[in-house]
Amino acid sequence: MNRTVTPAPVRKSVRVNAPPDRAFEVFTAGIGRWWPKSHHIGASDLDTHVIEPKEGGRWYERGIDGAECEVGKVLVWDPPARLVLGWQLTSDWKFDPKLMTEVEVRFIPDGPNATRVELEHRNLDRFGDRSGAFRAQIDSPEGWGGLLQLFAQSASQG
Amino acid sequence: MTYDKTLTALADTTRRRVFEKLRSGPKTVGTIARGLPVSRPAVSQHLRVLKEAGLVAERSEGTRRIYYVDPRGIGALRKWLDQFWSDALQTYADEVERTERKQL
Repeated sequence: MNRTVTPAPVRKSVRVNAPPDRAFEVFTAGIGRWWPKSHHIGASDLDTHVIEPKEGGRWYERGIDGAECEVGKVLVWDPPARLVLGWQLTSDWKFDPKLMTEVEVRFIPDGPNATRVELEHRNLDRFGDRSGAFRAQIDSPEGWGGLLQLFAQSASQG
Repeated sequence: MTYDKTLTALADTTRRRVFEKLRSGPKTVGTIARGLPVSRPAVSQHLRVLKEAGLVAERSEGTRRIYYVDPRGIGALRKWLDQFWSDALQTYADEVERTERKQL
């Protein structure tokens, strides 16, 4: 029997006042200027993020101590319309070469000088293969039990 | 981590009943709709919202779609990624604006 598990991908979009080529450039060459500093893998604070501008290129972060940590790789490099990145960070924010989830980013012209940037993070079911980490999440106060309790509280307050 | 989407998804009475029905095991849309005062398309719509919130997953068995409570905590991870990309795209958009202003 063919059984496929399909959690919905995360989809986001944002409109920026720049043509697609410049929107693409800021997303890739400029990723070190916008990636949230609070999110880093390495032990030291984040210095910058780098996406190598080619298919098969590395995607990594560099800490202020100079140490480089892999985030993933470039799967499709098609400026200025499309970019697909392989995201290889697990739910506990560790690089796992065996994990591969896809982040597709499309840059769609939206008027003469604007771009709609659509992002889709998919293959979320593959995170689930690391079931140990997930079981821990489910059992934690932030997991299922906590969620339902939170829901019950807010429902009874409402 | 924010639970807003989950709470919103479960705030609707009918949607909560759809979700509760799945807690006893995987079901098709038709089975879920039985005993509920709403149409099958409406149930499908509720399932879509629950799926977006990471509470429910679906699988195919032949031509049938089977819905079930997401048992692996992907809901929590999905919500986390959802929030992460919201924040990241906002700082990205701010950076594009800043770069464009500099070029003028």
